[in-house]
Amino acid sequence: MKTWIAFWSILLKDMKNYYLKPPNISWGIIFPFAWTLMFFLKTQNPIDIREILPGVMAMSILFGTTSMLAVTITFERRSRSFERLLMAPISLNTLMLAKTTGAIVFGVINAFVPAVFAAFMTDLSGVNWVTTMGGVFLIAVTSTFLGLFIAVSVSEVFEAQTFSNFFRFPMVFLCGLFIPVQTLPVFLKPLSYALPLTYGADILKTSINSSGFIQPLLSFSLLVGYGLALFGFSLKNIKNKWVH
Amino acid sequence: MHILEVSHLTKKYNNFTAVNNISFNILEGELFGFLGPNGSGKTTTINMLTGLAKITSGSIKLLEFDYPHELKKAQQIIGIVPDESNLYEELDGFGNLCFCASLYGMEKTMREGKARQLLEEFDLTGAGNKPFKSYSKGMKRKLTIAAGIIHEPKILFLDEPTTGIDVASARRIRQLIKKLNKNGTTVFLTTHYIEEAENLCHRVAFIVKGEIIKIGTVSELIQEAQQESIVQFTLAGGAGRLQQALREKSPAIFNVEVLSDTVLRVNTPQLISLSPYIKLFEENNLTLYEAKIIRPSLEEVFVKITGIEAEHMKKDREGRKK
Repeated sequence: MKTWIAFWSILLKDMKNYYLKPPNISWGIIFPFAWTLMFFLKTQNPIDIREILPGVMAMSILFGTTSMLAVTITFERRSRSFERLLMAPISLNTLMLAKTTGAIVFGVINAFVPAVFAAFMTDLSGVNWVTTMGGVFLIAVTSTFLGLFIAVSVSEVFEAQTFSNFFRFPMVFLCGLFIPVQTLPVFLKPLSYALPLTYGADILKTSINSSGFIQPLLSFSLLVGYGLALFGFSLKNIKNKWVH
Repeated sequence: MHILEVSHLTKKYNNFTAVNNISFNILEGELFGFLGPNGSGKTTTINMLTGLAKITSGSIKLLEFDYPHELKKAQQIIGIVPDESNLYEELDGFGNLCFCASLYGMEKTMREGKARQLLEEFDLTGAGNKPFKSYSKGMKRKLTIAAGIIHEPKILFLDEPTTGIDVASARRIRQLIKKLNKNGTTVFLTTHYIEEAENLCHRVAFIVKGEIIKIGTVSELIQEAQQESIVQFTLAGGAGRLQQALREKSPAIFNVEVLSDTVLRVNTPQLISLSPYIKLFEENNLTLYEAKIIRPSLEEVFVKITGIEAEHMKKDREGRKK
């Protein structure tokens, strides 16, 4: 019960202090619009919104969660308020789950902003929403834990942003969001299959357009594995680096 | 009963030994001072005691909880006030207190009631709904102390609580620390202000270069360092006339020091009877206003034992804070 009170308080504080601030809410709306517009300008043709929806949703999650978590944790470490959490009588697992749950929720909300807009512009019947929800959730989890991994690896806010981009931009091109993995050069394919977002994007493609090529069950299993590995690795790093 | 038992505690960072084999105990209800210059290992010790730093070797026991296995249980009864206020800038005073209380599992109604009570006790009621970032340094310090005690800890760790704040706020904080201790909270205080340790603490440990070089009550430390007794006489005038006569009167006198025409000091190996001196002053028609025994201050004891000038220590620390 006591642990639950602490967990809930950390989550609410983060949502209120960081994620539900107007600039972040506007980010969740502007970002998908900007990407859709970019595709429209690139093709100069009417675009198939349903075609690009999985990619835009995955991108919204990836960019929203990784930057927010990496920046907020680095910021709290700089101001030393994170020490207060480390010295509280809650386990490191609970503490980091509370810190990351806020980012996961933010990522899930971000993902459904483009879905809501798309619903007004195109026919979304036939979408498997349960699988979509599962895919969105697991993309949010792995992206958040990737943000945590970045936060543990840097000490300055600007480093967190730079390091995030080091991961994010290659992922945009390698994970099949807009360029199908099957059409990538042979030497890039192993790299693509090593990235968790490849499997998340494929789940969304399967559930929204039935155009995925990996077995959803395999993708789900791999994403769970990536999530556990990134979280475990980050916790180990925190124990070594932040509790000196 | 000991609330804290520290035995052969050592902390090493690669080849650098920050804390070297220190041992001490703190009694329940005690106000214990950890006094040392910058870089002496005070904060490292506090970090190990509060769980923010790993122990290289040695042991810590807080009540019945052994570190590191029962650290999380021990943290339930610990309150911490770090050397820099580390509350959340965007939250207001009330929100900060409630958040800190929730980390210790306090229910909503209980934490809100306690937060209101502490804001009142710390003269911060009017600032309770203002963001922490708008607070003055003194107010930030007070709120940080309030956050450290909101869950009613059995022991409170205060790291340099009055550094970098104005005199009036520092005075108020010292009063609050005294009151907290009077109400039963054990306090572990690190400071580089020797007069602060002298006025507040029951016992003091001197830590230099990671080692405890002296530990005891303030009076024990002073007595131990006091190798001679100093008696100061204040006269109406003519103090210089008696220098030679005083030496002849008592061969045991080490030294007679004339500070001015009205003040002279006599150094002796032990406490002396004042009657012969009073008689001597009368014989020489000198009016004696006052005779008092001069005890060395804790600062003098510290300087004597460590060889570190207290003023240098203070300036060094304040320079770093700026």
